[in-house]
Amino acid sequence: MRHFGWAGWILFVWIFVSIAGQLLPVDINQIHLPSILNAPDWQNWLGYDDLGRPVLGRLLAGSLTSLIVSFTVVTVSVVLGTILGTLSAYQGGMTDLIVVRVIDIFLAFPGILLAIALAGILGPGIDNVVIALSVVGWVGFARLARAQTLSLKHREHVLAAQALGTKKRKIILRHLIPLISAPLLIEATFGIAAVIIAEAGLSFLGLGVQAPDASWGSMIRDGARYMLVAPHLVIVPGLALMVVVLSVNLLGDRLRDVMDVKTNVQKGSH
Amino acid sequence: MLRLLLTRLSSTVIVIFGVISLVFLLIHLVPGDPVDVMLGENAQMADREALREALGLNRPIGQQLITYIGNLLQGDLGQSLHSRTSVSSMILERFPATLQLALVSLLVSCLIAFPLGIVAALNRGKAWDKVAMGVSLLGVSIPNFLLGPMLILLFSLSLGWLPVSGKSGFASMVLPAITLGTALAAVLSRMIRSTLLEVLNEDYIRTARAKGLSYIRVVIFHALPNAMLPIITLLGLQLGVLLGGAVITETVFSWPGIGKLTIDAITKRDYPVVQGCVLLISISYVIVNAFTDIIYGWIDPRIRQGDRS
Repeated sequence: MRHFGWAGWILFVWIFVSIAGQLLPVDINQIHLPSILNAPDWQNWLGYDDLGRPVLGRLLAGSLTSLIVSFTVVTVSVVLGTILGTLSAYQGGMTDLIVVRVIDIFLAFPGILLAIALAGILGPGIDNVVIALSVVGWVGFARLARAQTLSLKHREHVLAAQALGTKKRKIILRHLIPLISAPLLIEATFGIAAVIIAEAGLSFLGLGVQAPDASWGSMIRDGARYMLVAPHLVIVPGLALMVVVLSVNLLGDRLRDVMDVKTNVQKGSH
Repeated sequence: MLRLLLTRLSSTVIVIFGVISLVFLLIHLVPGDPVDVMLGENAQMADREALREALGLNRPIGQQLITYIGNLLQGDLGQSLHSRTSVSSMILERFPATLQLALVSLLVSCLIAFPLGIVAALNRGKAWDKVAMGVSLLGVSIPNFLLGPMLILLFSLSLGWLPVSGKSGFASMVLPAITLGTALAAVLSRMIRSTLLEVLNEDYIRTARAKGLSYIRVVIFHALPNAMLPIITLLGLQLGVLLGGAVITETVFSWPGIGKLTIDAITKRDYPVVQGCVLLISISYVIVNAFTDIIYGWIDPRIRQGDRS
């Protein structure tokens, strides 16, 4: 923790609060009609939303949503991307050619356009958001894993393992993946930031989490309608989103410095 | 140069073909029967069959793809299920608005990124560098669906300077362009800073300084042109962020472009329109990137030579 400063602490708080927040005795769907659109005060720290639900409770629920979605999507993407990328680079030839083409085709869809189309076609819901973002997410990891493997596969220790008759699976698992894990970990950190924004974006468009479940994105969308009377409905989830994304990005920067990796890691873009 | 052109062109054609196939397959991902989803549960049998026939969904998938590509080559993207007009005319009508917004956003992001990146590079490690890079990190971390409403709150609702949404003259473009341009400016300014730092260490910069040219002159006429190459590539790649981000930004500001059309079509389950929009946005992105690659090769002789050997 000491290495990662306050960004690390914020992330720790984010994860802790997301999980512990669910244990609080707050019903996030409880409606207090007299409190509709109430601004924050000493009793209710973050006020109430347009239906009279406590914003604090919904913020915590949304926090868990982005935690679950981002970690699931990044885990699936890293595993799929790494397997495909290393295998295709190690195998070479026709396999590699096909994988590179497929990567190129997926990269041809700018930003989260493909995810928007997929989520739109598959229909709303958190599981479809995870599917849509994973379909888009593996590509970056596959490209990185492939590039790294290409630069490593002619190293002496790999050649030695080959000469000793080591199985391909073992060479990849024992001799290649450990060496490419540092850049992948850094890319995964930026990936978390990108997925948090993408999930919120899809939910903002109404393609993500469905009511009454909470997401920071749908909170911003619902709040935008009441901006003049109750700006806290947009500011609260927006600030939470920004602080978490900023911390993840800072952590990624810090990891890159600590691990001293020179790669073309792209920032979480949106 | 010709060889570079041909290899880029052939790989572009393959990618475009892949994109078309993927977009074509989208309609087959609709859970259940797409015809049921589009018409609802209570539709008449005859209506269903008519729609199935119209969309060609009753034929084998390979044949459908061939028909789809054949129609595409004639500029036919199918018919909107909702308004019964041709998808291509709907898209053509909306395209200028998106293009206009993208170009103005690009301009806005350059206006923000160049001063920011240059100031940061010239004051490396000092307070100005930290401020500029802090601003840039903030820009990366603030999503456009948050920045947009915040700008509306400040400039439209509180101050009343600019219209909230819609497209009516220049004033209505200011906020969407800033929203869309900020994300790009953030990435761009970091890139400008790092490439400029590399260039500033070169011998010819020292020579230019040694022969008595002013620092500003050296930076603008000697360092920047040489730092432009990676920046051009990044601009091409980041145009994708612009086009993809346009979907959300256009929705925030009710900007009548292709992005808004996409979301409206998704809401109405008008799948041919969704397919058409996604196809057009991605293909323009692919073509812009191919162009950037070719221009890059044309500007930088090292790439051409490297390609030949």
